[in-house]
Amino acid sequence: MTNSKKDYQKILGSIQTPVEGEAGETGTWSSLKPIIDLDKCIPVKSGKYVCFNCWLYCPEGVISRTIPPEVDNRYCKGCGICMEECPVQAITMKEVKIK
Amino acid sequence: MDLREEEFIYPGTRACAGCGMALIYRMALKALGPKTIGTVPASCLTVLHGMQGFCSTKISVLHTPFATTGAAASGILGSLEAKGLDDEICVLAFAGDGGTTDIGIQALSGAVERGTNFVYACYDNEAYMNTGVQRSGSTPLGAYSTTTPGGKTTHKKDMPKIMEAHGIPYVATANAAYPLDLYEKFQKARKIKGPKYIHILAPCPPGWGFDPKDTIKIGRLANETGFWPLYEVVDGIFYLSKKSKKLLNRENRKPIQDYLGSQKRFRDLGENIIKAYNEYIDNLWKNIEKRIEE
Ligand SMILES: Cc1ncc(C[n+]2csc(CCOP(=O)(O)OP(=O)(O)O)c2C)c(N)n1
Ligand code: SF4
Ligand code: SF4
Ligand code: SF4
Ligand SMILES: [Mg+2]
Repeated sequence: MTNSKKDYQKILGSIQTPVEGEAGETGTWSSLKPIIDLDKCIPVKSGKYVCFNCWLYCPEGVISRTIPPEVDNRYCKGCGICMEECPVQAITMKEVKIK
Repeated sequence: MDLREEEFIYPGTRACAGCGMALIYRMALKALGPKTIGTVPASCLTVLHGMQGFCSTKISVLHTPFATTGAAASGILGSLEAKGLDDEICVLAFAGDGGTTDIGIQALSGAVERGTNFVYACYDNEAYMNTGVQRSGSTPLGAYSTTTPGGKTTHKKDMPKIMEAHGIPYVATANAAYPLDLYEKFQKARKIKGPKYIHILAPCPPGWGFDPKDTIKIGRLANETGFWPLYEVVDGIFYLSKKSKKLLNRENRKPIQDYLGSQKRFRDLGENIIKAYNEYIDNLWKNIEKRIEE
C-alpha cells in the first residue's frame, strides 16, 4: 500500500514542489517582532508544557512549542496576535533590525 | 487536548499578517494529518499556496476553477476509489465564502447529493477578498464592500442550514478564534463516512478593517454577541458547542455594537441596522432553543 507524499502527488499527477518561504522571507514585511519576557512566561516559570497560547494562535506557525518558546523572525509577519493572546502579558512587540 | 506538533504549511506564505484563514487552515491540516489530499478554488487560499510550480503545503492540493470545488473533490475521490485508497486518504475541499455560498453552490450540492465521502470546509471572510472586497452571499447586513458602498442591505445566507437540508451526517460551524474547537470538529469529521460540511468564520484584517493583532478578539466577539454560534448537527441532531452554551441566556450575550463597532466595514451603521441585528440574533437563538428542546 502506498503512503508516501510522492505517491499521493503521483495520484494527482501533481507538479507542485513544496517549499518554505514561497513568498520569500516574510519576516521582512514588518520590523515589529515579539519579545518574550522569560520571567513572566508560564512554561519557563513552571518547567511544564502548559499554556503555549502564542504557539496555538500564531497564524504562521512560527513560534515553537518549546521551553522557552522561540520565534522564527525570518518568517514572523509581526501581526501581534501572540502578544494579545498571551495570558500573562509576557510578550511585547518591539522594533527589531531585520536583514 | 493534545494537538499534533507537526505543521503542514511551510512558513513564508503570501497570506496577510494576522489572517484568520491561515490559522484555520493550519489547524485543519493538523487535525486531518498527512494522509489528506486537498482541492481549492480561486481564493485567498490559492494565494496562500503560492505560484504555479510551488506549494506551501506538505499535502497535495488540486487547484480547481472557481465553480468546481465539489466536482473536483468527487473526481479525486473517484480516482482514490479506483486505486482502493479511499479509506486511507481523506479528501478535503477548502473554499472561501464566495466559492461556496455563490459560485460553487451547485457543484457542492451535487457532490453532497452523490454521497461523496469528503470534508468540505468553507472559510468565511464574508466577501470576495482576493479580488479586493466585493460582497458575497455571505456578507453580513450593513457591511461595506466595493459593491455595497452604502452597506449591504440583506443578511448573510445561512449556508450551514442549506447543507443540513441535504441530510448529510455532519455539519458544524467553527471560528478562527476557537482553534481547539475547530481542531476537534475536523478530527471528528475525518472519522465519519459520507459528506461532511464545516463552515468557519475567518476574520480578515484588511477586508473587515481592523488591526491584525485583533483577529482572535474580533472572532471571539462574533461568538460572544451571539452573531456566530458554534454548533454541530450530527445525523440530524443539534448540539450547541461548549463555547456557545452560555449564550442561550440572552443576558450573557454582549451587545452587537461591541462586534460591529470594532470593524471599519460597519462604520456608518444607523439605528435601524442595529435593531435589525438584534432581531436577527434573537431569532437565531430562539431557533436554537427550539432545536435543543427537540
Ligand atoms: C469564474 C471566475 N470568476 C471570477 C474569478 C476571480 N476571482 C478569483 S478569487 C475571487 C474571490 C473569491 O472569493 P471567496 O471565495 O470568498 O474567497 P476569498 O478570496 O475571500 O478568500 C474571484 C472573484 C475567477 N478566478 N474565476
Ligand atoms: S507576531 Fe504574529 S506571526 Fe509573529 S509570532 Fe506573533 S502571532 Fe506569529
Ligand atoms: S502565551 Fe505567553 S505565557 Fe504562554 S507560552 Fe507564550 S509567551 Fe509564555
Ligand atoms: S485578504 Fe483577508 S483572508 Fe485574504 S489573505 Fe489577507 S487577511 Fe487573509
Ligand atoms: Mg471570501
